Formats: sequence, structure tokens, C-alpha cells
Amino acid sequence: MPFTHRHLLGLEGLSRDELTFLLDTASSFKEISERDIKKVPTLRGKTVVSLFYEASTRTRASFEIAAKRMSADFVSLASSTSSVTKGETLLDTARNLAAMRPDAIILRHSAAGAPHFLAGRLDCPIINAGDGAHEHPTQALLDALTIRERKGHIEGLTVAIVGDVLHSRVARSNVFALKTLGAALRLVGPPTLLPPELRAWGDTTSNLEEGVRDADVIMMLRIQLERQGKNFFPTVDEYSRYFCLTQRAVAHAKADVMILHPGPMNRGVEIASDVADGPYSVIMDQVTNGIAVRMAVLYLLANRPRVESEVEQEAALPEEPAPRRLRRRAG
Amino acid sequence: MNTTIICGGTVVDPANGLNGFHDVVIHDGVVAAITAAEGSHETGDAERIDATGCLVLPGLIDIHVHLREPGYEYKETVETGTRAAVAGGFTAVACMANTNPVNDSAAVTDYIRERAAAAGLARVFPIGAVSKGLQGEELAEIGEMHRAGIVAVSDDGMPIMNGGLMRRALEYTAMFGLPVIVHEEERTIAAEGVMNEGSLSLRLGLKGVPAAAEEAMIARDIALLERTGGRLHIAHLSTAGSVEMVRSAKRRGLPVSAEVTPHHFTLTEAAVDGYNTNAKMNPPLRTPRDVEAVRQGLADGTIDVIATDHAPHHRDEKDVEFDQAANGIVGLETALPLALRLVEEAGIPLETLVAALTINPARVLNLPHGTLSVGAAADVTVIDAQRCWTVEAARFRSKSRNTPFDGMQMQGQAILTMVGGRIVHRAAASPNA
Repeated sequence: MPFTHRHLLGLEGLSRDELTFLLDTASSFKEISERDIKKVPTLRGKTVVSLFYEASTRTRASFEIAAKRMSADFVSLASSTSSVTKGETLLDTARNLAAMRPDAIILRHSAAGAPHFLAGRLDCPIINAGDGAHEHPTQALLDALTIRERKGHIEGLTVAIVGDVLHSRVARSNVFALKTLGAALRLVGPPTLLPPELRAWGDTTSNLEEGVRDADVIMMLRIQLERQGKNFFPTVDEYSRYFCLTQRAVAHAKADVMILHPGPMNRGVEIASDVADGPYSVIMDQVTNGIAVRMAVLYLLANRPRVESEVEQEAALPEEPAPRRLRRRAG
Repeated sequence: MNTTIICGGTVVDPANGLNGFHDVVIHDGVVAAITAAEGSHETGDAERIDATGCLVLPGLIDIHVHLREPGYEYKETVETGTRAAVAGGFTAVACMANTNPVNDSAAVTDYIRERAAAAGLARVFPIGAVSKGLQGEELAEIGEMHRAGIVAVSDDGMPIMNGGLMRRALEYTAMFGLPVIVHEEERTIAAEGVMNEGSLSLRLGLKGVPAAAEEAMIARDIALLERTGGRLHIAHLSTAGSVEMVRSAKRRGLPVSAEVTPHHFTLTEAAVDGYNTNAKMNPPLRTPRDVEAVRQGLADGTIDVIATDHAPHHRDEKDVEFDQAANGIVGLETALPLALRLVEEAGIPLETLVAALTINPARVLNLPHGTLSVGAAADVTVIDAQRCWTVEAARFRSKSRNTPFDGMQMQGQAILTMVGGRIVHRAAASPNA
């Protein structure tokens, strides 16, 4: 079945068929990266813009390589080098880029909903490369692809997601995708990072060994070092005493468990080096699969005829400009 | 001036226990008599206003608005704000102190009153700041502002985190009989939250403000009230727990009153889904259970007042990422029909709702308004409760259009608003004009 969405804002709400179709499409692109000449003409003449308001190595490079392997022209903008530093709003920046007629804009932003905000206002497909603590759909797709390759299926697997679930967009996208694909979820972390409403998504526990017991898949989340100043846990050292995935903890999982991490890793904090580099780890497979997933997403979204402007509303009345410093907390 | 008679309507005046067909006789800007309908009073050369089929109410009073002047005239001015007020049926508003400069001095109070007099629309009652510059540290010159005409003090928008200051404010204001109006939010609990904390905030990846942020502060202030002489008025109460605490404090006889906004009794946090910045406010929209509780609070008198927290913002302040968007919505032009809805939706008697929009807010602020008693200033709102119309934000009298109700079907509209016997608003013949 075809993927008919104009944007990829998140995985929540996508059907099992749509997710499967995305994964199948990605699978079919994997072979291109194994060729001697790693380039196909599929997106020749298409322009893809990436707009990153947060630091990223992996995701940005992965999108760029994916676009280039499809022969798209790729323009990469980071907030530190763009007119954002001159105070331009997200909407204005994105409008200007859209006026240059790209075929897709890839956005990473610290505000949840930023890609949804643009999608409602621009006549250009928007691909979410991570919005605040909300979603990171291509990451979860590459995770699902990696799991499916190794296990043959996702339905019926027990997946333990360990770490800062509350603030993790990787966790959210994975929860939405893996639940739809039929996995059973366990969410593991200190109670400060596991609000009670999480129980609607899976079993929750603050005991790592219990959380990974008989798991088919363990998905580690990066622990943000800046959380420690906010009392989610006292220190990184103490966090790692309880939640670092060590060989001992892994021993409680199934014998053929696979271990994922979205990177960047804090070695010795959430994952022990011998686990990260050990036989159960599929972390490098994830990175490789990231290319195929992003090729598939670009192929499905950037490769379609432009729909002529659905948007553009302007207020009926003339308005005075708002002054530079806008008042936030008022009323 | 001479005599005007509003005749043929249903007069609802809770302060006088009136709900029936009466004519309102107005002489020289003052209510001269409430007579039996079609009464035999001298019509002479009196002007007659036909209110057949309409409700005739004491002028509505909104004790929580932001008129933004001085300092933020690009959002609203006293004139545009009071134009919105009278169009919505409000004859009096009390405006919050978070202007620039802050209304923490008699000079700013005077200025606001002058602007209101120049506009000549709704009555404007300034609310002074509790603390200098809304900084939450030192008391503002409340006595000086009292002489200039403030009717209450509030640091609205800025919760008073300093409990010691709050205690002194409750004590000191007792000298003037001024209520302290509080925006209850424990900031260290609310932290960087931008919506209600719960399953929806979790799903959307937005930081949440738990109900406890509001309730912890209400608990503190009620505890302070036990020993101090002041009066506490809780602004825009939003949670079921808050309603329960106010109910229990009132049962113990404490001088506490509370208000709820139309958006908090109409909408739930579900309005935020899709990152709708016109559903971003502080306190945030809550859950269906909370909506049910505030409606119950209105019905049983725990919540005294309906107030809009009219918070105009420029489009540029709302057309941004959700985290960045300004808090609040405009409310003056949509409050009345949303309140009237509660008659059917929540089974709240019309008299109770009218009281929450008239005599109760007048009592909170000690205003000689909110009734049609003989001798009172003739502030009157005539409402066609059957009239159906569609909200068109683009046509608001307010300078700002930040509303989650745009496009919504409404029933009930003020067709005539009178302040001191003078007609300040008359609705067009067609509902959507």
C-alpha cells in the first residue's frame, strides 16, 4: 500500500501497513549502499534542505548521505551559521527557504511541535528529524528495521526501553511504532523520569534487571547530562549505579537479546563499553540502516509533484508590528 | 439627560431577587424604577427601548482583563479593550497591573483612568500591583494607589512566590479593604511547563504543569488567611483540587472568593493537541474532570465570579513554536454566550450565572454596580439569548485575535449595552456584523 502522507511529522497514528511499507521500502534501498558506485538517479533534480536548530552529527550526516545517494541536491543549514543568529523567527527562515522551492525540508528543533507548526504553513513536505521531547520518526524506523532484520518480525517481541523516557523523542517514536507493530513494551528508569501516565504505553519499572528480564530487545536511551542539575537524579555516577547496562544486567535478558542505542553514547554512564561493543550490540547496524530509512523517506516525500499553494492566509486588518522583546508570561 | 424606559424584557437582577417581566425606568443616568411590564408609568417624552424577547441584566462586570496600556499598545489599548468589553455586554472591567510601566504607582493608576475617561465606553477600575515592579519582593505603594482609585491589588501573571510578602500584603491591604487577587502558581513546581501535565503532555512531548502547582499555592494562601485580616480572591481557578480547597475554606468562614474563566469551564487540554497556541494559557486548560469540578463550583457558589482573563497578544506572539508562544487569549467578546451555555450544558440556573457576571464581581471589588437597584447607576446589558452567531476573530473590536473559539457557533449576544444611562454599544441588525 502506498504512503500517502505529505509530511513525516511523527509515527504516532501511522497504521501497521504504513509502517511496514516504510520498512519494506527502506529494505529495498539497502543494497544501493553496498554497491561500488553508491548512487542512483531517483531524486535527480530534486532539492532537499536540512535545517538544524540543535547539534547533530549522525542524523544530519545520515540525511545528507541518503539524499546524495539518491542524486538529490542537498543544502544544509545549521542555526549557528544562519540568520537565526540575527533574530529571524523559525517561520520566517523556513518561509524563505520554502520560497526557494525545495522538494523537502528536514527540520530538527528543540521545540516539540515545530515541524507541525511549519507543516501547517508551508507548501513543502516537512520531515521531522527530532522535535524537542516529542518524536524522532526516522530514528524509530531505523530501530524497527534493525530489529526486524535480526528477529524476522516485531510482533510478539518484548522490548525494554531504558533511561530518560520522559524527555526522549526516540522513546516516543519507538513506543508509537513498536506498539503498532505488535511488540510488548517495558519502560525502565528512575521514577522521576517515568510519570504515571507512561503505564498506558507499557509496563514500567525502576529495577533494571527486572526490566530487561527475558527481553528480546533492549533499547538504551542517552542520558542527558544536563538533567542532573534539575533533580531528576542526584549525579550521573549514581544514575549509572542503578541504570547502566552491564554484562550482569544483560544476563537477565533472553540469550539472543539485541541491544540498541541511538547515540551518542555516554560510555560507562548508561551503557558499559563491553556491552556497547559486545556481541549483542547492533548499534552500528542501526547507523547503517539509518541511511536506507532516510533514502526511503526522501523517496516517498520529495519525489512527488508539487501541489500548488494550499496555504497563505493574511490577516484582514493592518496590524502594528510587535516590538522585538515579546512578553512571555503576561496574562 | 431625561428618561429612558427599557420595556418588554425579562429583567434578571439577582441582587434584588428579580427574574420576570419588568420595565426599567432610567432617569438622568440612574435607575429610577423597576415597574411591572406594560406598566402605566408616564411615558411622556421618554425614549423607549423595546427589549421584547430579551434579557435585561445589570451591566456585566469583568474583574480580570489586561488592557495592555500603557506599554503594550500594539496588543490592546484602553479604548480598544473597552470597545471589546461593551460589545461583549460588559459595562465595567478591572484591569491588571502588568503594564509597562507596571501599575505600581498612583501616576500609572491616574493615567489608566484618564485613558478610560477619554474612551468613554466601559467603566475601568485599575488593579494595582502588590509588589514594586511585580518583582515579588517589596510592597508597592498600595495606599497611594488606593487614593488614586485602585479597587484591588494583584501581581497577576507573576505568582507571589515569597510567602512572607504574601502575608504582609494580606495584612496591609486590610487597612483599605482591598482584596488581594492571586495568580496561584508554585513556580518551582510549574517549572518550564507549557500545558497541563498528564497523558497528553506526555504524548506531545511538552513540559507539563501539574495541578499541584496551583493547589500548593492556594493551600499556602488559605493558611495565611487564617491569621491575617485581608481578603483573598483567587484568579482563574483551574483544578478540581482548587475548587475543593476553596469550598472548605468558605465553609470555615474565611474571606476568600474565586473566579473561573469561560475557557476553563468550556475547554479541556484536548484543545492543545496539534500544538494550537491559542489553547496555551496560564493556568493551562485542564482535564474533563477539572472542567466538571469548576462547573460544579460555579453551581454551588464555591466559585463566585466568571472573569475572562482577557489577554490580548499580537499575532506574532502566537504564530510561533508552542514553547515560545505567549500565554492567554482574548475573552471579552465571547464570554457571555459561553456562560449562557452552562444553563443547558451544566444545569446551572440563569440567575446564578448572571450573579457571577454582575453582583458577585461587584461585591469582590466593593463596587456600587452589578444591580438594577433604584438609585444605582444605569449600567444595563440587554441580551438576545436566542440570537445565533459565528465567532469571527478578524472582526473583533479588540486589537488582538488570539482566541480558540474562532469559527465556533454561539447563541446569545448583547444587543445593547448602556453605561450610566448612555448607550455605548448597539449590535447590528444582523448577528454577524
